[in-house]
Amino acid sequence: MSYFSAHLPLIVQLTGEHVRLVLCGLSIALLAAIPLGIAAARKPALETPVLALAGAIYTIPSLALLALAVQYAGLGFWSVVAVLAAYAQFVLVRAAAIALRSVPQRHAEAAAGLGMTALQRFLRVEAPLAMPVFLGGVRVATVASIAIATLGGYVGAGGLGSEIFYGLSRQYPEQTLAGSIPAALLAIAADAFFRLWERAARARVSE
Amino acid sequence: MQQPNSSVRFDAVTVRYAGTDRNAVDGVTLEIPHGSFTVLLGPSGCGKSTLLRTVNRLVIPISGRVYVGGADVSSLDPVALRRGIGYVIQAVGLFPHFTVAQNVGVVPSLLRWDAARIAARVDELLALVNLDPDRYRARYPRELSGGEAQRVGVARAIAAEPELLLMDEPFGAVDALVRASLQDEIAAIARRVRATILFVTHDVDEALRLADRIVVMRAGKVEQHGTPLELLARPASGYVADLLQTRDVVRRLGLLRVRDAMRPAQGTSDAYIAADASLRDALNDFLNGAQRLGVRDGEVQTGTLEFDDVRRALRA
Repeated sequence: MSYFSAHLPLIVQLTGEHVRLVLCGLSIALLAAIPLGIAAARKPALETPVLALAGAIYTIPSLALLALAVQYAGLGFWSVVAVLAAYAQFVLVRAAAIALRSVPQRHAEAAAGLGMTALQRFLRVEAPLAMPVFLGGVRVATVASIAIATLGGYVGAGGLGSEIFYGLSRQYPEQTLAGSIPAALLAIAADAFFRLWERAARARVSE
Repeated sequence: MQQPNSSVRFDAVTVRYAGTDRNAVDGVTLEIPHGSFTVLLGPSGCGKSTLLRTVNRLVIPISGRVYVGGADVSSLDPVALRRGIGYVIQAVGLFPHFTVAQNVGVVPSLLRWDAARIAARVDELLALVNLDPDRYRARYPRELSGGEAQRVGVARAIAAEPELLLMDEPFGAVDALVRASLQDEIAAIARRVRATILFVTHDVDEALRLADRIVVMRAGKVEQHGTPLELLARPASGYVADLLQTRDVVRRLGLLRVRDAMRPAQGTSDAYIAADASLRDALNDFLNGAQRLGVRDGEVQTGTLEFDDVRRALRA
């Protein structure tokens, strides 16, 4: 505890970096995964190859993926962001596809029959109705990203991982805990946040 | 729609769904007059819903053409076409995340009416379908009963004053009591909005109750098309006779007296019938071309009988 209280400003700063890594990785992940998920939901022929590719990435150990990313993006922030974005694809693409397919046929048909354009159908009806299921996927991806982002400590990207790795290399458990406990709390908080959001979204679309 | 006329014409329309080896709709040629209440009647799988859905292009025929108000629908923009056509489906399909007011106002808002005009129209429509606007406008669909939800579905379909209304088994999911009151309401609404209505059902009583014209379908084809009177009196095939249970209906009419079905004497009559005669006799006179029968009890005219009165007697 003495280490923790003595280094509180540092822990706060590293937590901030950690959050930044995760937010950046997830934002990029969502930008790619949402269109891919929509495509997979609309065109069954696309679903298998898209999910197979995302699944293949998912099976690569995250550390190996990071080593690969460093080859291209160098040490630091962007390598970790790239790993987070790539790693989240499997969960997010599948969640987006399943979420869209969970929208009851009658709502999609009513929307079309009333004369909504494809974009209006998506934005006004399908996306809000798909939201609860999709948020479940975002929650899982976020929690996983918070864990994986600790690898940032390994490649000089900052975040709570740096405390963990320094602590490990110096055999200084208190320092390791000063990184891993806030990371775990962050994951728990993110999980709770998305569960609440999911519940609110579900209540909104319940029939 | 620009056309003042919203007749519907099917010209050799054939639909086959991908992956099936049978035509869901098989060469249907049919004319639905402007302003009529036409019911497509038949068992499930006979192609009636599919035929209906070719009108707003939710289903594309593999051959043949569909005309609305004289315009070939395949030449029209589907979004604009659908905004001009009211559409009610059995599953209702109210959007659960929209309030009642937002659901009813969805087509006007797509047409970019201003907010005040939409709000006024929503209140007017809720009143029309017998829902108190102050109580219902802010509710969500989950707070409605099945019958209330279907009323909102009807209000949504007619919000932008369509001249053509497509109704696909709209009352199939509500219980019999609610269904009867919804049928009365839709009949009243149909008279008020003066739209052409195409109504799909497998319920013979519903068809007889609502239709000016009935199209009986079987295996993707039109089996018979005519007024309820023509179908009851002269079924074109055993299939139509069985479906409408015409023998049953005629027998029931034989048991009912003219005096119990007539209305107070009014207007001129083109033939006369005794008050003690059966409605079956009256049906015969209507078949022979009578529009309105004077009802005589001895030498005195005590009432008037029209085909609608016979129809009403059948319901009771």
